[in-house]
Amino acid sequence: MSGLAVALRRHPELMVAAVLVLSVITIGLINPVFWQPSNIFSLLRASVITGILALAVLMVMLSGGIDVSFPAFAIAAMYLTVKAMIAWGFDGVLLPFAMATGIGVLLGLVNAVFVHYLRMIPLIVTLGTGTAVRGFILGVVGTSQINIDQMPPLLIGFARSELFSVTQADGSQAGLSAMVLVYAVIAVLVHLMLRHTMMGRSIYALGGGTEAARRVGFNVRRTTFFIYGLAGALAGFAGLLHGAMIWTANPRDMVGLELDVIAAVVLGGASIFGGRGSVIGTVLGVLTLVVITNSLIILGVDTTWQRVVVGLIVIAATAATAWRDRKRIA
Amino acid sequence: MTAPLIELRHIGKSFAAVRALQDVSLTIGRGEIHCLAGENGSGKSTLIKVISGVWQPDQGEILIDGQKISGLDPRAAIAHGVQVIYQDFSLFGNLTVAENLALSTELQAKRKLVSWGRVRRIAEEAKRKLGVELDLDALVETLPTAGKQLVAIARALMSDPRLLIMDEPTTALTGREVEALFRVVRDIQSRGIAVLFVSHKMREMLDISETLTVIRSGTVVAAGPISQFDEGSITRAMTGQEIAAEGYRWDGPAGATPLLDVSGLTIPGQLEDISLRVMPGEIVGISGLLGSGRTELALALFGMQPRYDGQIRIDGKDARLDSVQRAIAHGIAYVPEDRLTEGLFLTQTIDRNMLATSLGRLSRGGVVHGGRAAQEAAGMIQDMAIATPTGDRPVTQLSGGNQQRVVIGRWLLNDPRLLILNGPTVGVDVGSKAGIHRKIRELARERGLGVLMISDDLPELVDNCNRIVVLHRGRVVSDTPTAATSEAMLSEQLGALA
Amino acid sequence: MTAITQRLRRIDTNLLQLLLLTVLIFAGMAAMNPERFLRPYVFESITFIAPELGLLAIAMMVAMLTGGIDLSVIGIANLSCILAGMFFHAVGAPRGPDLVNLPLPMVAAGIGIALATGLIAGAVNGLLITRLRVTPILATIGTGQVFTGICLVLTGGPAVVGFPKLWGQIGNGTAFGIAVPLIVFLVVSALVWFLLTRTAFGINLALIGTNAKAATFAGLRTGRTVFFSYVLTGGLASIAGILLSGRTNAAKSDYGVSYLLQAVLISVLAGTNPAGGRGSVVGIGLALVALMLLSSGLQMMRFSNFLVDLIWGGFLLLSIALAAWRNRVR
Repeated sequence: MSGLAVALRRHPELMVAAVLVLSVITIGLINPVFWQPSNIFSLLRASVITGILALAVLMVMLSGGIDVSFPAFAIAAMYLTVKAMIAWGFDGVLLPFAMATGIGVLLGLVNAVFVHYLRMIPLIVTLGTGTAVRGFILGVVGTSQINIDQMPPLLIGFARSELFSVTQADGSQAGLSAMVLVYAVIAVLVHLMLRHTMMGRSIYALGGGTEAARRVGFNVRRTTFFIYGLAGALAGFAGLLHGAMIWTANPRDMVGLELDVIAAVVLGGASIFGGRGSVIGTVLGVLTLVVITNSLIILGVDTTWQRVVVGLIVIAATAATAWRDRKRIA
Repeated sequence: MTAPLIELRHIGKSFAAVRALQDVSLTIGRGEIHCLAGENGSGKSTLIKVISGVWQPDQGEILIDGQKISGLDPRAAIAHGVQVIYQDFSLFGNLTVAENLALSTELQAKRKLVSWGRVRRIAEEAKRKLGVELDLDALVETLPTAGKQLVAIARALMSDPRLLIMDEPTTALTGREVEALFRVVRDIQSRGIAVLFVSHKMREMLDISETLTVIRSGTVVAAGPISQFDEGSITRAMTGQEIAAEGYRWDGPAGATPLLDVSGLTIPGQLEDISLRVMPGEIVGISGLLGSGRTELALALFGMQPRYDGQIRIDGKDARLDSVQRAIAHGIAYVPEDRLTEGLFLTQTIDRNMLATSLGRLSRGGVVHGGRAAQEAAGMIQDMAIATPTGDRPVTQLSGGNQQRVVIGRWLLNDPRLLILNGPTVGVDVGSKAGIHRKIRELARERGLGVLMISDDLPELVDNCNRIVVLHRGRVVSDTPTAATSEAMLSEQLGALA
Repeated sequence: MTAITQRLRRIDTNLLQLLLLTVLIFAGMAAMNPERFLRPYVFESITFIAPELGLLAIAMMVAMLTGGIDLSVIGIANLSCILAGMFFHAVGAPRGPDLVNLPLPMVAAGIGIALATGLIAGAVNGLLITRLRVTPILATIGTGQVFTGICLVLTGGPAVVGFPKLWGQIGNGTAFGIAVPLIVFLVVSALVWFLLTRTAFGINLALIGTNAKAATFAGLRTGRTVFFSYVLTGGLASIAGILLSGRTNAAKSDYGVSYLLQAVLISVLAGTNPAGGRGSVVGIGLALVALMLLSSGLQMMRFSNFLVDLIWGGFLLLSIALAAWRNRVR
């Protein structure tokens, strides 16, 4: 076996890292506008929400499942929280985020109940909970969009904060959103959890084999509830952050986002059969996807091609992982 | 006198209507190598699961160190020093050797955080305890079977067990690896750890164990020091059957065209220059240790190894067996080793299981002739004496023996010329076993069917084959008429190869 | 007499439960709102709307039969009728507004294009799944994106409007006093029923779904059979697309998005095992009727579409719970 093959097997992230570097270089060569700070900063900003949601999907995929309910959970957490803030005349940052996260946890636990106790395929369960939750929000809570004039100012202010800004060549200012830092902190925390806690290792163990995990003495039920609870929490948090970042709370938002997120996670080297995948890979996968889809315009490609590109990325990434896993078994 | 390590008294356990264990008593002393013998389906696995706390017995009691333990669960069993190495090893293929070794230790220490330095230290210690070489950074899924087993043993030793249960540990090992394993087991014993060795292989039991317990149909049928047993008595206890000495004779014309004529069959790394003939009406036994190439030979003849070198002739004509469909078209039928995962469609009806390979033949323009299909299935149910009122019952409702008859019957509907049976009566109860043997002999004698019978069960081969071929490392090492050999001679031959 | 009781006993308990459910929903709706619910109009409208959904559910069931799933059915349906629509516009352009009167051969050619699109799209899925061994979930998520993406690229977003009258007849017309879509549905489902229960192909599909390994050992051509099942799924999806665009006289990249969940729901409710091996057309029919009665009943009672979504999602979860409970009892 060649050194490269060994390296790829032990560090699957190298693959997506190579894809990212290659696409960045290519895009930069075709249109140097890519390298402008404003473009780089906006790409980083654009990867925040997808990135946090991708971490949620990563958790579920590591355990061998797939989750399509998180956009609905994110929107539910966001819309309910903003509605509550308006109704109670409350403004702030910490408490609303705690509330959104809490709503996400509760919804995630519903998934866990169905997956663990009723032994149903996670895809079908999350398809059901996702639809039900969205139906609930639109049918019971409301369908109207909450615009900037009604959005709580402190929340928006928080999302607008910048880490620093630089003066570009043409004299305009380009700032890096502080939300990138929020994303980075969450990613590091999830990484530490997966890598350095027994709970994190139990998620990998579960993906390696449920029965084996049970025999070694892992508490499979606790791990399952943790996975879906945390996935829900991340979704809820990301939902409110999304609303704050775009200054609107739209209950019809994020439809179809699950596909982009799953594409990013798969691109990052996670296997749908569980047990394989990492935060680093996922972060790189999200960046790659965001870079490619957002650079279509500066590449002169019509944005209607975006979906085709995302679809092709999913197919290529899954075919590559299927090929890799087949080699591994052989 | 100190109390024995573990004592089971009158254990009973039922699942729904099935009695898996009935009045089973078993005592394992400290540092003893105890062999639990029984055929597949005899209740061995249920017993292991009772000892390891996976299942609670319905009746009876479990004593550890003379103390009665109630409601033994997996955690409690581990705490009492019981460690099980399952047949599938229960390892995590996606994690490294080091982590696999350290995980259970870390879990028992109820740690919340993982220190990779400590994981490394634990793994090094485990490696040292077992005294073997292991690449700690390799992913477990990349290891060969014997390597995985060492990891599983090393992991079990980390929790300072007092009883190590090994479930069919030699199944996937080659002769040399078995020897290496036995050295490890004896070494473990020398540290005062008792080993419960679960097996259905005669030679191993006699080699390694001090005490033997034989169970059959969920009850203990024989127990005592190993010195009281020999191969014959163990077989009788396991099968409940005197070895019938009738044998199978074939006295067809020697000059006739062979049904199957294999010459120089080679698949690099698996089979080496195999030559083999089967005449119509012959039942040829294939014996050999695991890894000898016997399953590979069967798969090659069944078209599942399309890239082979050498010549295969059927009825004197060249045949290129490069797909299952082509093999079937040449009249070759294969009853696979593992009935549940390779043979049956468990949730489907008996009829559908029976007709699986015949649907193409029974349809015109793709449409299945329902009447004829039903008729053929019903006929075969009767022919094979399958115990069911109708064929539209799910096949799961049948016993192991009847299920095996369904798989054999499926092929008979196809009117095969050569029937390859891989472990024809594994997990089949005694009565049914004899019936299946009778049927096979009858088919060979009356229909001129050629049969290749691969089996671990030497008495089965000696009783039913007119010729026995022994394979080793992918080569034919002997090809003897049964009349000129015996179970003891074969067993000795195989022992010498190991 | 005994023959009849025997026959009755042999009917799947699952089907009996479905029948009971349908009757209960009907009775419930009729009792709650007799003057509005018990009108011919209600049932007539169901016969126009239900068929497209029913076909998608059958398509989903066929994919689930081998333990797979097809999440690209909506994309296939839309792509099929967009291509047909573009064909009509291309050949009808010289006629101007007279496009609606395109003659039968042209319309038949359009149908051919739509069907061929479905079959080819299904073949793409089948190749990815059987040749490249990509997991069905991910393969069809990816191709679904690509198909929808192609729709977007072709149309640029807005709907293709203006189909020939004859095409509209397929979605809106009646023959012998029966809705044409219903006739199409009945004919197609009878064909699929025949295919699944009376032909070697159909029985092989169920066997492969039950145990793919045993199927290989029994000499079945598993790869080829599974491939054709996805071709069939694609074909069924394109027929659903034809009905949908015929009824609405338009084709758009994001039509029928909510049908995806509903198709999965009907399929699971109908007793299809998503892990493979079990599924019946009759069950789909019953589940379809039950859910159509439920949703039109709810709409009568002025429930919003979103609430109907909520209830559908809840129903999916309920049917999972029921199935789990049934298995436990058994």
